[in-house]
Amino acid sequence: MPDIQAPDLSFAALAPLLFVLGAAAAGVLVEAFVPRAARHRTQVALALVGMLGALVGTVLLAGTQEVTAAGALAVDGPALFLQGTIAALGALSVLLFSERALDPARSAFVAAAAVPAGTVRDRELATSTRVQTEVYPLASFAVGGMMLFTAANDLLVMFVALEVLSLPLYLMAGLARRRRLLSQEAAVKYFLLGAFASAFFLYGLALVYGATGSIRLSDIGAASGRTGSEPLLLLGLGLLVVGLMFKAGVAPFHSWTPDVYQGAPTAVTAFMASATKVAAFGAVLRLLYVGFGDAADTWRPLVYTLAIVSMVVGAVLGLTQTDLKRMLAYSSIAHAGFLLTGVLGVDGSGLAATMFYLLAYGLTTLGAFGLLTLVRDGDGEASALSGWAGLAQRSPVVAALMTFFLLALAGLPLTSGFTGKFAVFRATIEAGAWPLAVVALVASAVAAFFYLRVVVLMYFAEPAADGPTVGVPGLPTTVVLAVTAAATLLLGLLPGTVLDLARSAAVLVG
Amino acid sequence: MTIANYLVLAAVLFTIGAVGVLVRRNAIVVFMCVELMLNSVNLTLVTFARSTGGLDGQLIAFFVMVVAAAEVVVGLAIIMSVYRTRRSASVDDVNLLKY
Repeated sequence: MPDIQAPDLSFAALAPLLFVLGAAAAGVLVEAFVPRAARHRTQVALALVGMLGALVGTVLLAGTQEVTAAGALAVDGPALFLQGTIAALGALSVLLFSERALDPARSAFVAAAAVPAGTVRDRELATSTRVQTEVYPLASFAVGGMMLFTAANDLLVMFVALEVLSLPLYLMAGLARRRRLLSQEAAVKYFLLGAFASAFFLYGLALVYGATGSIRLSDIGAASGRTGSEPLLLLGLGLLVVGLMFKAGVAPFHSWTPDVYQGAPTAVTAFMASATKVAAFGAVLRLLYVGFGDAADTWRPLVYTLAIVSMVVGAVLGLTQTDLKRMLAYSSIAHAGFLLTGVLGVDGSGLAATMFYLLAYGLTTLGAFGLLTLVRDGDGEASALSGWAGLAQRSPVVAALMTFFLLALAGLPLTSGFTGKFAVFRATIEAGAWPLAVVALVASAVAAFFYLRVVVLMYFAEPAADGPTVGVPGLPTTVVLAVTAAATLLLGLLPGTVLDLARSAAVLVG
Repeated sequence: MTIANYLVLAAVLFTIGAVGVLVRRNAIVVFMCVELMLNSVNLTLVTFARSTGGLDGQLIAFFVMVVAAAEVVVGLAIIMSVYRTRRSASVDDVNLLKY
């Protein structure tokens, strides 16, 4: 038996990760030791410091190309670009979580998650202004796991990161203060299906290990290039892809997405829809390009099919939705398909296009869900589409912003959505997969219909007499909306700098 | 016993677990089926470690056990909170979210 060697760690390259995970661990201590009155402020500050610190760390590390921790972690352009994106989206999500002006009970999160919903004690707590703060350390842990996920150069680290990011998300999905039954149901569904999917990922890991004798992506890459289509390796690859596609919300592994997006607290949905998608695609890109880059013929038909199924399912089922959160969930499924068309690009163009799309889509989605938290009725957020009728008369600003975000999601010019779609479709066509680009354009047109339906509803329908009211957001939500709207506009008008950054960062180390 | 027998046994266990997740109605039993899948993966990993002579497979099995334990903590907490509200752990009863 060989000895186990202690790995060499490059702490500088891992600084962003350590920073955010350190803040998460400190958050657990704050939860235990800081008095309740000061806890909310401390937790928000700590989580923000952790995530913004990680963001600064990734910027300072720009240009790093190294493999550390005995080959288990790769700190390279795509890892840093996506880690920075995740940290920024995480920080904006924390701002959304910390909003205290909208809900009369001063928080969107349940005061005591262990109290059964619907009991006397629960009704007392629902109207009290007691605020629970465990969501901040949980979010920090999730962000840490996501950042690790994009840098994982080893299937084991990828699996551990998958769980580190998933476990807090399962809990966060169940923390809504209003409509607790829906929220708990979302948590149960997300958990059971998530655990099921990670079992598939793990079995894939075991089969790939058996076929290649290694779990290091570079070794797998060498072995897969050599052996080509060995059945054990192909089966393993298929199972790994199933596990990752589940996290990315790609049809046909999307069944959890609408339920969980609808049931979870809206701020948490914003976080899941933006940051989780970035992390999952980061892992997909690394697995396929580094681990199976020389055996691309084995996975290209698979990704090709998944992209078509996801775009069609997302766009068609999105048409039938009557709830805005569910509609945005199907939109995210369609966007996962668009992202997969970028994955098919060759020679780094696909990588750069996908990374830019992830950044643009993450910010726009976060803004759209952030806006959803403003429109409220007596029982929390009014996400039913009927409640949004004639919203422009009640609040022109909210209606205009929502229109802008929806147009960006639809991919209209002068928004980041157009630039992103243009980039991934061009990468697809350059790779010779033009039929896929045709399907993607048709799916975009179908999806544009249901986005525009909301716009028409907001501007040209009569408002209901007992419709929802539009809350006045506090500073945190205002900041989030301003940043996401500005980013959506800037990435649409002047995408050059960020596109160049993505292009120069698009080099994976093995 | 050859190596292949262990792999076949693990594949059978994995399939039983996967089918169980799909057909069983009680959330706890569904969760136990997921655990069965994870343990069949451990068996696969240890078998492959034996056949290749390396330590990696055995090490990964330990990681899987730790992660499975963490998953149990989170999962049972969620199932418990639902059970206390609804007095039922059946996955058919959590049906408020649809279409």
